[in-house]
Amino acid sequence: MKGLELPRADQTILDLEGVRVELGGKVVLRDIDVALRRGELVGVIGPNGAGKSTLLKVILGFIRPSAGAVRFAQGQRAGRGAIGYVPQSFSPDPDLPLRARDLVALGIDGDRWGFSLGGARRRAAVDEALAWVDALSYAEQPVGRLSGGELQRLLVAQALIAEPDTLLLDEPLANLDLRSQDEIVGLVGRVAHERGVTVMLVTHDMNPILGVMDRLLYLAGGRAALGTPDEVVRAEVLGALYGHHVDVLRVHGRILVVGAAEVESLTCEA
Amino acid sequence: MALLTLVRDLLQTPAVATALWIGSIVAVVSGCAGVFTVVRGQSFAGHALGDVGSTGAAAAYLTAVQPLYGFLGIGLLGGLAIDRLGNRARERDVATGIVLSLTMGLSALLLFLITEQTSATGGPLSILFGSIFTVAPAVTLPVELFSLLALGLLAVLYRPLVFASLSPETARARGVRVGLVGTLFMVALVIAVEESSLVAGALLSTALLIGPAAAAVNWTRQIGHTLALSAFLGVAAVVLGIVLSYESYFWPPLHRGWPVSFFIVMLVLVEYIASRLWRRRREATA
Amino acid sequence: MMHVLGLLFPPGLLTAPFMQNAWISGSAVAILSALVGFFAVLRGATFVAHAVPRASFAGAAGAALVGGDTLLGLGIFSAISALGIAFLTSRRDRGQITALVLAAALGLGALFLALGDAYAPQVYALLFGQIVGISRADVLGILGLTGLTAAAVAVLYRPLLFVSVAPDVAEARGVSRHRFNVLFLLLVALSATAAVPVVGALLSFSLMVGPAAAASYFGRSPASALWLSVAIGLVSVWLALVLAYDTGMPVGFFVAVVTAAFYGLGRLWALTADPLADAA
Repeated sequence: MKGLELPRADQTILDLEGVRVELGGKVVLRDIDVALRRGELVGVIGPNGAGKSTLLKVILGFIRPSAGAVRFAQGQRAGRGAIGYVPQSFSPDPDLPLRARDLVALGIDGDRWGFSLGGARRRAAVDEALAWVDALSYAEQPVGRLSGGELQRLLVAQALIAEPDTLLLDEPLANLDLRSQDEIVGLVGRVAHERGVTVMLVTHDMNPILGVMDRLLYLAGGRAALGTPDEVVRAEVLGALYGHHVDVLRVHGRILVVGAAEVESLTCEA
Repeated sequence: MALLTLVRDLLQTPAVATALWIGSIVAVVSGCAGVFTVVRGQSFAGHALGDVGSTGAAAAYLTAVQPLYGFLGIGLLGGLAIDRLGNRARERDVATGIVLSLTMGLSALLLFLITEQTSATGGPLSILFGSIFTVAPAVTLPVELFSLLALGLLAVLYRPLVFASLSPETARARGVRVGLVGTLFMVALVIAVEESSLVAGALLSTALLIGPAAAAVNWTRQIGHTLALSAFLGVAAVVLGIVLSYESYFWPPLHRGWPVSFFIVMLVLVEYIASRLWRRRREATA
Repeated sequence: MMHVLGLLFPPGLLTAPFMQNAWISGSAVAILSALVGFFAVLRGATFVAHAVPRASFAGAAGAALVGGDTLLGLGIFSAISALGIAFLTSRRDRGQITALVLAAALGLGALFLALGDAYAPQVYALLFGQIVGISRADVLGILGLTGLTAAAVAVLYRPLLFVSVAPDVAEARGVSRHRFNVLFLLLVALSATAAVPVVGALLSFSLMVGPAAAASYFGRSPASALWLSVAIGLVSVWLALVLAYDTGMPVGFFVAVVTAAFYGLGRLWALTADPLADAA
């Protein structure tokens, strides 16, 4: 797998230059300049409606920016598994005739025409991916009967089996209990640091990922700030993004961003 | 004004007067039930109940029962089966398909028995393609009563039904018995669909249930307005359709009268397409 | 014992030429419908599976009006209605476009019937089918169309499965939700064109929904559910043919009852497998 190629921290894998997105005449993102390095875990944080999901959609190629460009490292293109994606909501019906291993197997070549003929190598690859996310114990279970945390693992395995350079996760921690959150965070950290995959993880609460996050992409008011948590989560940086004064509080190792005018909406955000 | 005088002339003909009156009642009930059908995503059930009811009509034909009770009886059975068998969207869709398949199979058997008994194929076919001009006078009063029942049911259910249809989770948390409300709505839906199937045919029942409601949803933002507009659009399509169908007897080259169901369906579609265009313009300017 | 078997399998059941044609074409339709029905059930698209064949009636009525070929009329109208549904449906839509396209087609059908002098029982035959009145030429036609549909399913299988169970992920991998919805609807149109003139809309719909729905409860993986729905479809048709031959009652009735019974068994099976699943 790609892990053999040593991650080079300085190599840029994904480059957004002056990206601007307008949806329905409204500017959602403006002047986004972001360069992501190989094997780093970037948390994407910001209040509701800040454009977090939109940013992922731009990188995935679902939304074409009205200005600027999205560039991938040399020889790379979107699609065909180069970018893994774990969507925000995935809740299959209990009677869906789909086992955990079938879902992961779709990650190998689900986008190709025709049908695949099973085979020992496929099975081994699926087993390896399931083992990597610690999901072997429920490999034969129907996906509709699994918990949210178990489904998240499978989706990560499904993305990893295609050996992506980048993995995008949209709110993977929402609706999970604290233990499942910790497990997913640990898993995603290993994806970035052991396998050298660049991970972007969208979340509305940065605290669960403070321990594994390399850098933080803070979105607010359509603008972005990228850096280590200490560089970004400062009153003057965030104040510039929001366009008004905010306070940053550190309480018992947790970070709270408090906007003077919008206390309610911001304290629960970050 | 020309239209009004035309309608006045038409009212002199008893068959047309009955058609206008019954057609309008049915359009109002379908229009109101249709709004909830569209909002709740139950279009398939709404359509299937029309076909399900015609099975009841065939049974009624065979046993010489009043067709209305055949429609309502089997319709109620089918509707409750659909309601009980489906909890999630996909499951409900499949369960509706199974109920539809089973009752159509029953239809095949009943129509076979009818042709065995009477060696006539005309009877069963008029069940499938009913005509609003041939409504039996005996049906008028029951249809009026059942319409009142359906509208009464919708009025009683109104607030919890709106709540349960728009945000079922919140409604459940606030103590609304979402399942019960859904089942009672199904009863109102059955009445609306079956009586329009009876007087206008299964084809028109779908058009009158979904078309005006889907158009009204595009045109309005407040559910009270949506209901009123939907009922109005339904009545307008029925009245105009009947007038056009009556007029078409004089149209060249055939002079044989175009079917009223064709006109009503096309008018409903025009209403819907206009609403889509209007909505697109509004979203473009917003 | 021999007596019972003699009653169940009277002479002519397997040897009469019209019954041979019924066996072959019934089996072909069972396979065809189960293949397409698997995806219809997986996608929660049984309304479309019902609407497209029904809408194609208008094509038959139109063909009768202008003196054209019935099969061509059916094909054109099922394709038009399938594409209409595909392109008019928006994401928040939940079936109303399907209902309206169906109503429009049936309205046109009513007009064609009224303007032409179509013999009403012909329409009746399209709805309920006459599987025992199939000619050798029809059998060859349906075998050809079944082969075509099976080939199309084989080509579409993987991406259509992907986009049906995990649309967001599939879209990220370049499998367009919209494009595959169009392809799926064209598949439904193809199977409608093949099945409706031979066995009627009713029988083809029963075979599309029942076996696939039952198989989704019994099958664990997509492949096993697909093969199971083919098997259940074949068993249903064969059972229905025997019963219809014995009793003289319509095949469509028996197919509907047998497939619904399989579905009922599937629901019960799911309850016993996990009693908490439905209570939740």
